[in-house]
Amino acid sequence: MASELTQRIQQNPQYQQLLKTRNTLGWSLTIVVLLAYYGFIAIIAFDKSLFATPVAEGWFTTWGIPAGFGVIVLTIVLTAIYVQKANRDFDRMVEEILQKEVKS
Amino acid sequence: MRVTEQRVSPQAKTLKTAGFSAVALLMAILPSLSWAAEAIGETQKQETNWVAIGMFVFFVLITLGITKWAASRTRSAADFYTAGGGITGFQNGLAIGGDYMSAASFLGISAMVMASGFDGLIYAIGFQVGWPIITFLIAERLRNLGRFTFADVIAYRFKQTPVRIFAAAGTLVVVAFYLIAQMVGAGQLIKLLFGLDYIYAVVIVGVLMMVYVLFGGMTATTWVQIVKACMLLGGATFMAFMVMLHYGFNPEKLFAAAIDVKKSTTTMGPGGFVSNPISGISLGMALMFGTAGLPHILMRFFTVPNAKEARKSVMWATTWIGYFYLLTFIIGFGAIVFVSKNPEFLDPNGALRGGANMAAVHLANAVGGNAFLGFMSAVAFATILAVVAGLTLSGASAVSHDIYASVIKKGKATSQEELRVSKITTIGLGIVAVLLGIAFEKQNVAFMVGLAFAIAASANFPALFLSILWKRCTTKGAVIGGFIGLISALTMTVLSPAVWEATLGFAKGSAPFPYSSPAIFSMPLAFICIWIFSMLDTGAQAKKEQEDFEDQKIRSETGLGASKASSH
Repeated sequence: MASELTQRIQQNPQYQQLLKTRNTLGWSLTIVVLLAYYGFIAIIAFDKSLFATPVAEGWFTTWGIPAGFGVIVLTIVLTAIYVQKANRDFDRMVEEILQKEVKS
Repeated sequence: MRVTEQRVSPQAKTLKTAGFSAVALLMAILPSLSWAAEAIGETQKQETNWVAIGMFVFFVLITLGITKWAASRTRSAADFYTAGGGITGFQNGLAIGGDYMSAASFLGISAMVMASGFDGLIYAIGFQVGWPIITFLIAERLRNLGRFTFADVIAYRFKQTPVRIFAAAGTLVVVAFYLIAQMVGAGQLIKLLFGLDYIYAVVIVGVLMMVYVLFGGMTATTWVQIVKACMLLGGATFMAFMVMLHYGFNPEKLFAAAIDVKKSTTTMGPGGFVSNPISGISLGMALMFGTAGLPHILMRFFTVPNAKEARKSVMWATTWIGYFYLLTFIIGFGAIVFVSKNPEFLDPNGALRGGANMAAVHLANAVGGNAFLGFMSAVAFATILAVVAGLTLSGASAVSHDIYASVIKKGKATSQEELRVSKITTIGLGIVAVLLGIAFEKQNVAFMVGLAFAIAASANFPALFLSILWKRCTTKGAVIGGFIGLISALTMTVLSPAVWEATLGFAKGSAPFPYSSPAIFSMPLAFICIWIFSMLDTGAQAKKEQEDFEDQKIRSETGLGASKASSH
């Protein structure tokens, strides 16, 4: 049987809100990364010429370069977004929930 | 090996078949081996590189100083496993980078870029994309639920004995393959860079890693990894900077020069690396989810005081590792221009002196002279030391914390007893690693890192992931499904071209499992088996485990009751 404290926290609307917000954000960002990476691999597997095409007439840089660098930079940016958001909002929510339910 | 020469010619590009990704995996993951082994004839006569040895001795002295300091702070089992939990997120991020960026990824990926251009970038990206997944789904929950090892997390609401045995098996198998690959790589690399005998190199690596872990535990390991990460990032930054400086920081000019040297159209676009979509995606899955199942990486999240610092760790780690892979790409292109056709770095056959993986090392010489070459050689050695120390610590923790303290002593071992067992295990692991390193000297062990990632993705990750997030998951499901993932990944790898043909020597094309990585099959298989065996498990124990899920969830989401940093 779940403890009384567990039940109280489960009932806390702010806790439910926290789970909803954090799960939505976490899973959405996960899906973005999966799409970006496996999309990148799929293009390489099925249409190599797309990434071998220069970004503009007379250039040496191909679309593959910004795409590849883009995937790496994307992972860094999305991670930073999640961590910023979590440090700013989620931690505060957790603190408020625990303050209310554990201390009371 | 003459392949080196062929790889540069355009004709060879068209010859690449589905099997190529396996060859690429071999070539890039653990460089040296067959390649370096072939080249040793030329390099053995090379003079001992005193600058490199001097720099390396300097690094060793610093790390031994750190170990001495760390030893005074390593009194309890908690100190040994987690450095007392007092590492900051920023420090831990660098240490994770130091744990993860191996000599194989630095030398192997830059060599792959030099040989195949864009294909090297595809490979590097695979190593990067696991990090956001760890951030979004694993890091905080792992920190909130565990104490010393990832087994703590799976065992939170499950039966201790079977779960600990499974997690220890998953840890030790991954650590063993990863460690053998690193030891053999170290021996080959040091033989080339320093002109030392293979056996000395392996013994030096084994002894140093034992000293760090034995006396300094996680504190020393962490700081060795931090120092190494700074040296590697600093050295790689300097090399990439010098390359870009030469082209006025205009990538177009660098690419133009590289295309001019290569005379090949596929340098700037995908070559044969992902010629088979199943192999490509499978390898991608192994790298992505394997990263989230590597025991020595997961363990690092327990060195920080709370979930917030765990998040910061993984953010810094993602940033440094991503930056590092961008640098290796520039370094690889620099090597195309400055190294690949420079007679100074080629043997009479036109192959790279010291083997294909020496691209970055020769580039260091080209852009920074002999002193910088010595520095980068010392960095390569330091890199291996930091990685093997992390692996040894993780293996020792699996034995002392999961097997000894939890299974044998049923959780009743004192901190001192646990600490003693971890130290004995460290010595044992060190000796075994040196012996295996020597035994595998002439073997092709290049598949081993790929195998370690595949097993981490197919056994450790599914069990960890579902135990944290799925209420219905039970002990039986996690253990049986996890073991099935482990065994299937291992079996398919043995049947794949990298082992069946390249290591066991069966005829080319005879491998029963045709793909370069098993993850696309073994990982879903593990998930399905965990699901089936959990659903079939309806006993009283399973009921209790499901009821305990709510408590576990509150703790994983809020950190309520999570273990705190131990005070000093």
